[in-house]
Amino acid sequence: MRVKEHPILNFNHQNEIHFTYNEKPMVGYEGDTIGAALYDNGIRHFSDSVVHKRPRGLYCAIGNCGSCYMQVNGVENVKTCMTLLEDDMRVISEVDEDKDD
Amino acid sequence: MINRDLVIVGGGPAGLSAAKVALDAGMKVTLIERFNQLGGQLIKQTHKFFGSKLQYAKTRGFDIAKILIDDLNGFSHDQLEILLDATCVALYPDKVLTVYQYGKYMKYNAKSVIVATGASEKILAFENNDLPGIYGAGAIQTIMNIYGIQPGKEVVMVGSGNIGLIVAYQLLQAGVKVSAILEAASYIGGYLVHASKLKRLGVDILTNTTVKKAVGEEKLEKIITVKLDEKWQEIPGSEAEMDTDVLCISVGLSPLHQLMSMAGVKMVDISELGGLVPKKTCDYETTVDNVYACGDVTGIEEASSAMVEGRICGLMAANHLGFKHPNGEQLEDDLNNQLCVLRQGPCGEKIRCGLKKVGEI
Ligand SMILES: Cc1cc2nc3c(=O)[nH]c(=O)nc-3n(C[C@H](O)[C@H](O)[C@H](O)COP(=O)(O)OP(=O)(O)OC[C@H]3O[C@@H](n4cnc5c(N)ncnc54)[C@H](O)[C@@H]3O)c2cc1C
Ligand code: FES
Repeated sequence: MRVKEHPILNFNHQNEIHFTYNEKPMVGYEGDTIGAALYDNGIRHFSDSVVHKRPRGLYCAIGNCGSCYMQVNGVENVKTCMTLLEDDMRVISEVDEDKDD
Repeated sequence: MINRDLVIVGGGPAGLSAAKVALDAGMKVTLIERFNQLGGQLIKQTHKFFGSKLQYAKTRGFDIAKILIDDLNGFSHDQLEILLDATCVALYPDKVLTVYQYGKYMKYNAKSVIVATGASEKILAFENNDLPGIYGAGAIQTIMNIYGIQPGKEVVMVGSGNIGLIVAYQLLQAGVKVSAILEAASYIGGYLVHASKLKRLGVDILTNTTVKKAVGEEKLEKIITVKLDEKWQEIPGSEAEMDTDVLCISVGLSPLHQLMSMAGVKMVDISELGGLVPKKTCDYETTVDNVYACGDVTGIEEASSAMVEGRICGLMAANHLGFKHPNGEQLEDDLNNQLCVLRQGPCGEKIRCGLKKVGEI
C-alpha cells in the first residue's frame, strides 16, 4: 500500500506505468524501480535460492544481496531493486507461483 | 579506455564531498554511482541530523544530499563526469576500473581512485532468517521513504541502535504500526531522546530479547522471541510468539570492502569499525599508491565524518598529483580539526579505539 499522508515527504504517485509480471498486468508509478512496483502489487516472493530453492524477498533493496533477480524484457538476472520501471516492461520471475498467495 | 585524473566510486556524502574539493583543485573527475540518483544513504533520511553546524546538523538528511549535489553544479562536463546507474565491478592495482552501465562494460584508467562505497547491512543468524518479509532496515527505509510504499501492516524491529530507533519512528510517520523493538543487550543502544519519543508513542522496547525463529510458508507470518540472560544465553521456557508480516533487522553495518580487497589493498578486520577496513596512511591513502578511501567503507561512522573524510581525500588526491587547491593548507588543518571534534567524547570512543587499531591515530 502506498503512503497516503506523510508529515515530511511528498510522494508524487500520479503517472502510472503499466507492465506485466508473469503475464499478469500490473501498475506502478513513475520513479518506481521494478522491485518497488512489484512490492506495492503485493509480491513478496521474488526469487528462489540457488541450491535449496528457498523463497527470497526484497532483502536489501539497494543492489547488495542478489535476492531480487528476474528476467526483464528477455534479459536474465536483472536486479529489479535497482532498475527503473518502464511502460510495457515484461517481468518474469522463476518462482513457483502456485505456492504464492 | 577512458583516462581521468580521479575516479570516485560511490556518490554518497563521502564521494560527493571528495569530488567537490578535487574539482576545486582543478582535477578532472568521474563520479560513479550505481543507483539512479546521488546522495547515498542520505536520500532516505528524513530526520534532522545531529552534530555540528559545519556538517549541516539540524538539516534533514535528504536536504544535506541536495546541498552536496548542488555544490557540484557549475563544473563543465569535461571537468566532471557523473555516471548514474553505473556499478564499478572491478578495481585493479594499476588503477584500471571496470564500470557496468546499461548492459555495457567500460574501462577507466585513473591516475587516482577514491573508494567511497559505504556499507552493507549485517544479517542476524536465526532459523528461517531468509523468509520474504524479513528485511534490512535500509530496505525498509528505501521502500517507504523513496517509493512511498508501506512495507507491511505491522513491523517488529530487531536492534535498538540509532538506526533501529530512527527507522521505527519513520515507520510510524509512514502510518505503519511498530509492534515492538527487540534488543539483545540489557540496555538501549541508541540515543535516549529517540527511545523516549517511541515509548511515548506506545512502542515497547524489549531488552534482553531476540528472535529465535521466523515462521511462515512463503513469507513471514510470525516470529518466536526468546529472552537472553546477561551472558546472552537463551533462557529456557521464555519463548513467546508474535504475529507480524515484517521483521526489520537493524543490527549494524559492515564496510563494502570488496573493490579494495580486489585491488590488493591491505585490509584489517576491526570489530569496532564494522569488519574489514583498509589500512591507510594519515593522508587517507591505502597501501596501493594513489588509491584512497573515505566514509563508511573505512569504518562505520556517520555522514558528518564521511563528508569531512571525503574532503580530506579529495584534497590529498589532488596534492599528490600536484594539483593546487586555492586554500589547501588551511583547509587541511580545518578538516583535521573538524574530525577531532566529531570524534571527541564518549560517543566517539568506539571509533577512536577502532582507528587506533588500524594504526591511524
Ligand atoms: C537510519 C539512518 C540514520 C542515520 N542518521 C545519521 C545522523 O543523524 N547523522 C549522521 O551523521 N549520520 C547518520 N547516518 C549515517 C550516514 O547515513 C552514513 O554514515 C553515511 O551515509 C555514509 O556515507 P558514505 O558516503 O560513506 O556511504 P553511503 O551513503 O552508503 O554511500 C555510498 C554510495 O556508494 C554507492 N556504491 C556502492 N558500491 C558501489 C559500486 N561498486 N559502484 C558504484 N557505486 C557504488 C552506493 O550506491 C551509495 O550511493 C544514518 C544512517 C542511517 C541508515
Ligand atoms: S534486493 Fe538485494 S540486490 Fe535487489
